[in-house]
Amino acid sequence: MTTTTAPSTLIAAGGGALLPAVSIHGVSKAFKLPHRQYHTLKERALHPFTTRTYDLLQAVDDVTVDIAAGEFFGIIGRNGSGKSTLLKCLAGIYDIDAGGLAVRGRLSPFIELGVGFNMELTARDNVMINAIMLGLTRKEARARFDGIIAFAELEEFLDMRLKNYSSGMIVRLAFSVAIQVDAEILLIDEVLAVGDARFQQKCFDEFHRLKREGRTILFVTHDMSAIERFCDRAMLLERGRMIMMGEPATVARRYNELNFGKTIHEASEQVAGQEQASEHRDAFIVDGWFEDTDGTRIPAIAHREWCTACVEVHFNAPLDDPIFGMTLRNDVGATVFATTTALDIGPSGHFGAGETVVVRMRFETWFTQTRYTLTPSIARGGMGADTIDLRADLASLVVHGGNFTTGVVDLPHEFQIERR
Amino acid sequence: MSSTQTQLEARRYGPNAFGDDLRRFVNLTLTLATTDFKLIYFGSVLGYLWSLIRPLLFFSVLYLVFTEIFKVGQNDPHYNVQLLVAIILWTFFLQATSGCVQCLLGREGLLRKMRFPRLVIPLAVTLTALFQLATNLIPIVIFAVASGVLPKPGWLELIPVILLLAMLAAGTGMLLSVLFVRFRDIQPIWDVSSQILFYASPIIYPVYYYSAGGRGSKPPPHLALHGLGRALMANPIAALIAQARTALVGGNANANPSAAYALGGRVYVLIPLAIIVLVFILGVWVFNHEAPRISENL
Repeated sequence: MTTTTAPSTLIAAGGGALLPAVSIHGVSKAFKLPHRQYHTLKERALHPFTTRTYDLLQAVDDVTVDIAAGEFFGIIGRNGSGKSTLLKCLAGIYDIDAGGLAVRGRLSPFIELGVGFNMELTARDNVMINAIMLGLTRKEARARFDGIIAFAELEEFLDMRLKNYSSGMIVRLAFSVAIQVDAEILLIDEVLAVGDARFQQKCFDEFHRLKREGRTILFVTHDMSAIERFCDRAMLLERGRMIMMGEPATVARRYNELNFGKTIHEASEQVAGQEQASEHRDAFIVDGWFEDTDGTRIPAIAHREWCTACVEVHFNAPLDDPIFGMTLRNDVGATVFATTTALDIGPSGHFGAGETVVVRMRFETWFTQTRYTLTPSIARGGMGADTIDLRADLASLVVHGGNFTTGVVDLPHEFQIERR
Repeated sequence: MSSTQTQLEARRYGPNAFGDDLRRFVNLTLTLATTDFKLIYFGSVLGYLWSLIRPLLFFSVLYLVFTEIFKVGQNDPHYNVQLLVAIILWTFFLQATSGCVQCLLGREGLLRKMRFPRLVIPLAVTLTALFQLATNLIPIVIFAVASGVLPKPGWLELIPVILLLAMLAAGTGMLLSVLFVRFRDIQPIWDVSSQILFYASPIIYPVYYYSAGGRGSKPPPHLALHGLGRALMANPIAALIAQARTALVGGNANANPSAAYALGGRVYVLIPLAIIVLVFILGVWVFNHEAPRISENL
């Protein structure tokens, strides 16, 4: 893609930061969604005077940002927030309605990798075609061919038709082509969701290498841990508007609030509905939530941070040594942690009728990233363990960050290799 | 950087018909066309041989049907060669144009994911058809020589004829492809229109069928077209095919007239030529106008 508006050497000379690699100035892009689509001439002829009404979907709304050469820039936002549209405008796939765009240097888009592939052709042919589509000359493509195949680790399958490839292999091949194009600016749109863990790691290593080489990378993802690990800066989009820009960790936190902020309200509404039935019990659970170390209610927390699970209990009758229990379950419903006051502190003491207490359980979040729910319970002390009240999945907490592993927990650990 | 400068860059930046690098434009068109051409017989046992065998077999059938059963042009000893050249020229035009109708939809994946000059797509379709025409010319030569028509310098006239036909096909293809994005009816409309065009052009019948009372088995002693016949002759397809037949076989000017002779003067050749140029310009203009929004309108 030879949309070089300034010589690329200018960017390579970097240091003094001459011009940003990517300038986005008040860019807006709207899609017209007709109420009734007139797709045929007949319809047009039959309704010549019907004015075409349409909804205007403002996909990107007045976004301004300058991305310096060599920056690893994250773009995050919920589905439909306009991040992919913005990337497609940058890639020159969509025309913009207003504002200005400038991209200085060769650009390689990683948007739905492998779309240009023809399943009937061999990997060899497809690599050549894709490389040429991405802006290489035939000669350049031939020169880089071996490197592409080596990176994709598909040497043995060179002459196999692509339709016999697995989807992971196709993405690997497409990724290799796109990365070997040697672009100064890379647009990466959630391409890492595919491919096995080892290849993902390899891609990230490659991004790191490119970053060290001073390439500019624009990265769209839902993976907040990746944003925090790689990006220098991040931008949060919501309904096409940029609502936040800055430190990746801060932006990631704001994103999680946007996503999971609702959960707390929903949960408290549920509680309100159940209160009626609970009032006759000797004790009932009023509310449950998670707090951070400052005592603020939180919907999400970063891996390895301290978190407190809280339960508010109201007593209708006096009780001696009731057992407060808390169970944490993950998104697939597996119990990852369960504890009770009986196990931990023993007898809990006497509680009088009309009393309201808050039970807090503080823990360090060693869980891997996903959603967890809190199921609090209260039971009579003694042998019977007669449950007075239990609220399944009353509060929810999303853990983000940390290593992405298949385990349920990501414990602090250390390796030691000893030679004998 | 001043804001006006940024504005200018933005205008240049969106997707367009031509791109900003001629070399890349040519490279892409060639790559897409050769890939498509490769794919036609890909995976078949005989592979490329089919591109020779298929037209050869196809011609044999046509030859039998038209000269032995319908007995068209039986007074002309080289009618078979004329028929074949007319058929392959028409086949090229039809393949190119009907291939163009849905070509943008077919390449939707590319259009929605990559920045490249949009015009490459219909041009590659036309080029693929041109490659097929080139392979079809080989059996034509075999047939011609076998039926006693020997190669002569006049055959070179086929080159400008084919180029003009390619220009017409490309212009029509650009129009059809980009209009299809807006109106899906282009498909049936073109199916019917191309059929009409086929029977309105002197492809399976000789040019003198256009003259009043010329539908007999014998060509008129002096060919003069009037009214509808002459109007039909101004159709660029008819003119080009008439010219190709004369160039290849020659012979009696009344039985097998050149475009100029059939139209009644060299000046009148400008009409079909003007139509070709106009269709091409219109095609480029409409395509260029629509190009920035193709990917979102699809």
